[in-house]
Amino acid sequence: MTTTASPRPPAPAHVETKNYLNAETTFRSWATTTDHKRIGVLFLAGVTLSAMLGGTFALLLRLELLTPEADVMTAMTYNRLFTLHGVVMVWLFMIPAIPGAFGNFMVPLMIGARDVAFPRLNLASFYFYLSGALLVIAGAIAGGADTGWTFYPPYSAQTPTALVPVLAGVFVLGISSTMTGLNFIVTIHTLRTAGMTWWRLPLFVWAIYATSIILVLATPVLGLSLLLVAIDHAFALGVFNPAHGGDPILYQHLFWFYSHPAVYIMILPAMGVISEVVPAFSRKNVFSYRGIVIASVGIALVGFLTWGHHMFTSGMSAFDSGAFGVLSMFVAIFSAIKVFTWVGTLYRGRITLSTPLLYFFGFLFLFAFGGMTGVALASTSLDVHWHDTYFIVAHFHFIMVGGTMMGFMAGLHFWFPKMFGRLYSQRLSAVVALLAISGFILTFTPQFLLGNAGMPRRYHTYPAEYQPLNIISTIGSWAIGAGLLIGLLYLLVALWRGKPAGSNPWNLLGLEWSISSPPPPHNFEEPPKVWQEPYDYWRARND
Amino acid sequence: MIVTHTLSAVFQAGPHQRGWADVLESVNEFYRRVLFLPEQASTVAAQIDHLHYLEITVMFAAAGAIALAVIIFLARYHHAGNHTHIDLLDEGDTRDPTLATPHVNAPLVLEFGLYAGLFGLFVLFWVLGYRQYVELLVPPTKAIDIFVTGKQWVWQFAYPQGPATAGILYVPAGQPVRIVLTSRDVIHSFFVPQFRVKRDAVPGMYTETWFEASRPGTYNVLCAELCGVGHSVMRAGVIVLDPQDFQRWLEGRSQFGADVPDTTGASLAQRGRIMAIQKGCARCHSVDGSRATGPTWRNLYGSWEVLEGGQRVFVDEAYITRSMMEPGRDIVAGFPNVMPSFMGLVAPGEVSALVAYMRSLSDAPVDRATDSLPGERGPNPASVRALPPASPAPADTTPVRLPR
Repeated sequence: MTTTASPRPPAPAHVETKNYLNAETTFRSWATTTDHKRIGVLFLAGVTLSAMLGGTFALLLRLELLTPEADVMTAMTYNRLFTLHGVVMVWLFMIPAIPGAFGNFMVPLMIGARDVAFPRLNLASFYFYLSGALLVIAGAIAGGADTGWTFYPPYSAQTPTALVPVLAGVFVLGISSTMTGLNFIVTIHTLRTAGMTWWRLPLFVWAIYATSIILVLATPVLGLSLLLVAIDHAFALGVFNPAHGGDPILYQHLFWFYSHPAVYIMILPAMGVISEVVPAFSRKNVFSYRGIVIASVGIALVGFLTWGHHMFTSGMSAFDSGAFGVLSMFVAIFSAIKVFTWVGTLYRGRITLSTPLLYFFGFLFLFAFGGMTGVALASTSLDVHWHDTYFIVAHFHFIMVGGTMMGFMAGLHFWFPKMFGRLYSQRLSAVVALLAISGFILTFTPQFLLGNAGMPRRYHTYPAEYQPLNIISTIGSWAIGAGLLIGLLYLLVALWRGKPAGSNPWNLLGLEWSISSPPPPHNFEEPPKVWQEPYDYWRARND
Repeated sequence: MIVTHTLSAVFQAGPHQRGWADVLESVNEFYRRVLFLPEQASTVAAQIDHLHYLEITVMFAAAGAIALAVIIFLARYHHAGNHTHIDLLDEGDTRDPTLATPHVNAPLVLEFGLYAGLFGLFVLFWVLGYRQYVELLVPPTKAIDIFVTGKQWVWQFAYPQGPATAGILYVPAGQPVRIVLTSRDVIHSFFVPQFRVKRDAVPGMYTETWFEASRPGTYNVLCAELCGVGHSVMRAGVIVLDPQDFQRWLEGRSQFGADVPDTTGASLAQRGRIMAIQKGCARCHSVDGSRATGPTWRNLYGSWEVLEGGQRVFVDEAYITRSMMEPGRDIVAGFPNVMPSFMGLVAPGEVSALVAYMRSLSDAPVDRATDSLPGERGPNPASVRALPPASPAPADTTPVRLPR
């Protein structure tokens, strides 16, 4: 990289430069675009709307749980809402959020490519996402499913609700994410620019690469399993229904064979974002670059061997439980490597407390406690008490939801100036970050205690002794809702009238910061050349 | 609330007692209250909690270390203001950069030492936990058996000596009890928080768990696996009795609780009322007119109900029986189609008892059944006459209370 980011002043020349946003502006140009940046923006809009929908369901659920009795909805409505909350948040928000929006936008820029390897497949992947989303919403309107996002048979075989459109939606969403994963794998293998060796890849690219491996290997299993559930439900085939000679435990194995790795599909990209944000605002190389790379790929691989820890009380053999318990500890080690490396990166840096870094601290808190409760759960005997209680709900909302949400918000605030060429209010965004993070902690910490006390999850009504903690949790949910809503508003305002960002608002190294913001339609005028490792701030003069 | 809870925990665990056992008990009680754990009412509960305390203490120590490191680094290396400038040196340029941060990599020894240590710790947790887990799965040979069946949305308990109950599980204190679990319909999960025991009840297979209750008391059975609209009300009670009391209960179980009263000489309607609890009907059908998952039974018999499709149906013996066997056929408008079929699960005499009970809940005189609206088909009067008359006793509308 012989050319560097333009030094001060950024000189926001009044010359109207052509970028990917204003090169063409018709609806048709968006609907038929094969530009990875535009597809990234389409995904960003899609996942944001999905998060609002899933978040609304969550707020309604928390409202119902304010008192032990049934207040605002019937048990049937409650069961449908938490199912839709799970389905929308998992498959419409968390899985596509970071790979779909930031992966699509940033990976080609970071590796110095002009686009992804298969731009039309990329567009198809967005349309599959859209169709899947519409099917899920159609299912919700037609009556919604009430099985929980896990669709456990035999209940899913006999539920009176509109299960088939929801299952079909998830199936189609699976096709979308498989396409995205395949595209990233080929892109990262073949389109790296001159000098961009594997050990010079930015860590976000590594994270997306590891995620893509899981997407491609695990998603087909989910598709097949859900197809069988749909057939069981619609035609009483009975693959998983013991009344027809089927095996419900087999479904749990198949489902978690996908859905446990799916947790890493959600969290690995968020870890990738964090691995970009921490060195950027410490102005220092990553404490252990290879450690993070090995941990990312290690999580992707070991993640395939731990699914049974969802089934310690299911009737699975004691030997299997033990094996899955100890294998789960490997994931914990890889996660510990990451935490250690991020914290170490701060050491001897020049730290600026920007909004993305605040989200890193939120991530660190949620991830550390979420991860350590995961270790406790994997010690098997404790899981027997905690399984299917609010402890589990709190655990996965800390590590998976909290991690993904913090990573998504960090990435959004980190790359927003690059994606749209505008700056947002630093002060307001910092206040909102603190509000959302504390809301998250306030919502889910009481749920750990509720789980200790023995409150099972998916409870529409509950014994009265659980009420005080539920009240705190519900109040916390309002803080998250308010924080994220204000966040959305100021970002929309910034889109409209934010100050121009200039090409490199954070003054960082990295290919994506060497081109103008928003990036030109074809990214780089000529293929850039890389001769150094990422995050080599020790080679730079900076203040 | 939380503050007082914690304070009282601290206060109660104060060092005003003497002796190691007391100190340990105070520590146990302190942790248990701070963590909101329920009473330790089984022999395994305390040891499982102790592992919990160990892990959470280590967890907070680790979190504290991370937080301390972050705070120190922030204080020490914080750079006020924004970065305003970056200027990368050219390839091959070896000038000593003026304001650059140093190039620091984690020392390998530190990394590997840390990870090896952590992995050892995690494996230790697993060894301790897995030993307990295996213990939870293997009942002692002297354990007595109780067969537990989950069914939407009621727990049924059967004893080898003969008694069968629903909604309340009687067990002896100080004696291991093996729970043999299965389900009649969908997956349920047998969970007693105070015993730290949970096991799924899976249709088509038997699973088992066991516990030994430490002392007499009353605890909850909760269903922990989503099983439909009644999931959160699928609760039962555990009543732990002294062994002698338990023995007496087994022999003449009518003197403890009203769940399985002696039905000799009871009217058909009174027997129906007991059936309604035992078969789980009362989980979803109220008898006081309040709305629940299914239509209330108060004044149901002998009324006209509007069905999902808009047609009307007269609630008589035929309709009630049909609804028990094929619940999805005629759904009352505004109610979800969630009732499980009772085909093969209730004997003909039991059906009659349930119908008689529902009749007793209706203010309508039996004769009104024939008083159909003009142009509409009334019930078959023969079926009304074929059944014994409704209980002469006044309708028993006391709400059926189930253990929570």
